[in-house]
Amino acid sequence: MIKFLLMVNKQGQIRLSKYYEHIDLAKRASLEVDVIKGCLSRKKEECSFVEYKDYKLVYRQYASLFVMVGVSENENELAVYELVHNFVEVLDKYFSRVIMFNLEKVHVILDEMILNGHIVETNKSRILAPLLVLDKMAES
Amino acid sequence: RMPAPIRLRELIRTIRTARTQAEEREMIQKECAAIRSSFREEDNTYRCRNVAKLLYMHMLGYPAHFGQLECLKLIASQKFTDKRIGYLGAMLLLDERQDVHLLMTNCIKNDLNHSTQYVQGLALCTLGCMGSAEMCRDLAGEVEKLLKTSNSYLRKKAALCAVHVIRKVPELMEMFLPATKNLLSEKNHGVLHTSVVLITEMCERSPDMLTHFRKLVPQLVRILKNLIMSGYSPEHDVSGISDPFLQVRILRLLRILGKGDDDSSEAMNDILAQVATNTETSKNVGNAILYETVLTIMDIKSESGLRVLAINILGRFLLNNDKNIRYVALTSLLKTVQTDHNAVQRHRSTIVDCLKDLDVRAMELSFALVNGNNIRGMMKELLYFLDSCDPEFKADCASGVFLAAEKFAPSKRWHIDTIMRVLTTAGSYVRDDCVPNLIQLITNSSEMHAYTVQRLYKALLDDISQQPLVQVSSWCMGEYGDLLLSGQCEEEEPIQVSEDEVLDVLEGVLISNLSSPVTRGYALTAIMKLSTRFSSVNRIKRVVSIYGSSIDVELQQRAVEYNALFKKYDHMRAALLERMPVMEKTAANGPTEIVQTNGEAEPSVLDVKHVPSAPQPSVQANDLLDLLSGNDMVPVIPTTVPTKPASAGGELLDLLGDLSLTVSISQPPFLLDGISSQPLFNDAAAGIPPMTAYNKNGLKIDFTFERSNSNPNVAVITIHASNSTEADMTDFVFQAAVPKTFQLQLLSPSSNVVPALNKGTITQVVKVLNPQKQQLRMRIKLTYNHRGSSVQDLAEVNNFPTQSWQ
Repeated sequence: MIKFLLMVNKQGQIRLSKYYEHIDLAKRASLEVDVIKGCLSRKKEECSFVEYKDYKLVYRQYASLFVMVGVSENENELAVYELVHNFVEVLDKYFSRVIMFNLEKVHVILDEMILNGHIVETNKSRILAPLLVLDKMAES
Repeated sequence: RMPAPIRLRELIRTIRTARTQAEEREMIQKECAAIRSSFREEDNTYRCRNVAKLLYMHMLGYPAHFGQLECLKLIASQKFTDKRIGYLGAMLLLDERQDVHLLMTNCIKNDLNHSTQYVQGLALCTLGCMGSAEMCRDLAGEVEKLLKTSNSYLRKKAALCAVHVIRKVPELMEMFLPATKNLLSEKNHGVLHTSVVLITEMCERSPDMLTHFRKLVPQLVRILKNLIMSGYSPEHDVSGISDPFLQVRILRLLRILGKGDDDSSEAMNDILAQVATNTETSKNVGNAILYETVLTIMDIKSESGLRVLAINILGRFLLNNDKNIRYVALTSLLKTVQTDHNAVQRHRSTIVDCLKDLDVRAMELSFALVNGNNIRGMMKELLYFLDSCDPEFKADCASGVFLAAEKFAPSKRWHIDTIMRVLTTAGSYVRDDCVPNLIQLITNSSEMHAYTVQRLYKALLDDISQQPLVQVSSWCMGEYGDLLLSGQCEEEEPIQVSEDEVLDVLEGVLISNLSSPVTRGYALTAIMKLSTRFSSVNRIKRVVSIYGSSIDVELQQRAVEYNALFKKYDHMRAALLERMPVMEKTAANGPTEIVQTNGEAEPSVLDVKHVPSAPQPSVQANDLLDLLSGNDMVPVIPTTVPTKPASAGGELLDLLGDLSLTVSISQPPFLLDGISSQPLFNDAAAGIPPMTAYNKNGLKIDFTFERSNSNPNVAVITIHASNSTEADMTDFVFQAAVPKTFQLQLLSPSSNVVPALNKGTITQVVKVLNPQKQQLRMRIKLTYNHRGSSVQDLAEVNNFPTQSWQ
């Protein structure tokens, strides 16, 4: 299962964080520091998978934004790598530019894709449906 | 009246303009104050946006607990926009440790039955993320109902919510079973996907469920087949493949269902072969599916053709330009190299190429594949790896090289050359415990002594900084210095060297700041040994007497003893410093009574020359002395020691000297129970909970307890040793000592190999007699070989459950 998901900029500032397993706030901070440092310091020749404690980290860079996912040890890293791409494509479809000012909407999207650490939907239109309803409600 | 609170995106924009941490904090505090007063005004209009901002600040690491109740108010609101943020807040800010969360239960219950599916979805999502056990118990019925609805949007979420409920309250698993009956006949992929996850969870939790769900294998096979064979489907297409995520998930479930079961494995053989051969490999998606397929093939009872197919896929992965795919291939090959050795061997050259990537997995795999036929070529590549790899892997690599060389060296000359190569190029990374092994190897190659000492001498002339090299060289020079002088070397051009030159080098080691205390010990002893091989005895006497007042206690003691040897015991000197005999490797950990705890491979002067006669007991004694370094512990000899004549006990008592201890060699009557093969244990045991006694570096030792039927004062402990690393632990020995008031007996272990990746355990029975019902404490010592080097650890076990000794 997916344990956590982080979106970070090149300077290591957190743009989005979601945890699917309870972690104490204090431990969370040090986890974030470790994970972010671990992924941002990777060289181009190194692969996108890192072993960290009892997690496997999968990270992917999109322009100036990094997506980092921590998964349990029995997960298929290549599939998670694809899932990250799927997520970014959905964001792209809705926002057309992923800038992360509408944080609450990103959470809505994420919740439609992943529930309790497992995939719930990967079809982009279905994922975005509730958000479009919300938008319509907000307008009226 | 206050101005309208700013929106979240304005806040984010503002925060991003902050140039320092202090500036950011100031902005946050200002906004927090504004939010707090807005909350106090009980303003419904802006509560939503205020909480949204609070969630953002929480993400940045600022305290946001004062917003928890506000989330509840939002959840209770009728507006969807409010509920959306409220539930999000609940998921991010609350967890079951806070009492506040219980207040949500009623809201969630109502929202699970709401007329709008999106509200129901919110409730399911939140419950599935952070519902406590009580909440799950209360609401499980609602979830089960939604699992049976025809609304696919709700059904898929209900399935994952059910997974959470089952995790929190495992007893409720049964109630979801009926609903699973027709989950797989759904067309909607979201439902299919989450249903597979739910079924997987149930199978992993309960062997009965696993057996029950095996009958789904044909249906799963069919769904997978449709996915592969169906044409382009825009709804689920990812780079030309239809719903790869679902395919991966189904493959994983098939793995669980097929494992250990012949019929299920056979039923899925065809589809696995089909996926393996038909999946498009040009993009990552396809490879993700292939990867999962390979994992499944290797785990179930597949026929050998299929296994070879899987390994070939991994072999192809190794040639892929994408480093992620190579990584995945290497990790998987490591797991299979023991079981499918020949198939993996076929890809050896590709694996060896990966050594150039300096990947440590490639190194481990290469070591696993080395054999007598390929050792020369492999070693070249491995030495290149040793030179170039990250320092953190050099020790492992060096140890691996030594081990491989020892097993497969084509000639002694090659062997010595390889050792030399490692010592001179990676010498400072060589593990300390390799030094005695190397010395033993050198003594055993008697015809190479002259060549060896010559090469080592030359190496020392160049560089005395690498301690393992200096130690081995010093020892050799002490032993074979005479060969160095006589210029006997056959293998290469013999060098001309004088006694003084040799002594200069050794004295240089003694003086140098670079030399560790252990190294100095080696050098001093070497110099001493040369007193019977060289003629410059006076010079040696001078050196030895200088160190009689060394600050280093060890060096001082040696020098004083050697001095005494010159003065009072000169008649013994020649015999004591004689050439070492060829050392037999009796115990798996290398030379036995020769090895002292300071790592030096020679007997101290007071141990008159020992011919290895009773190696086992003295190893035990040395080990036991380690164990005894605490207070009032009693050593016990495991009953597996080969029966030696009574003198064995005598030797032990000598070695133990003054320590007043009881050494139990005979078997006290109460422990004779162990001889019979009948189960001694009261199966309906007093329910003593098991415990983990040791968990370090991948080795885990659990203790389970039973009471002996015949004697209530005897606790019977079974140790279970398991190994989660990727390499086997061999020659595993478990020893234990208990306080004086106890008696302890160890029966034979089930084996002495702890297989990698938790594939099996070693069990061993330990019986403890505790007539005084004192609190049980134990000190344990573990020794084993792992990844080419020997490991040793001592630990105290103090967390015995009270029922085990009361």
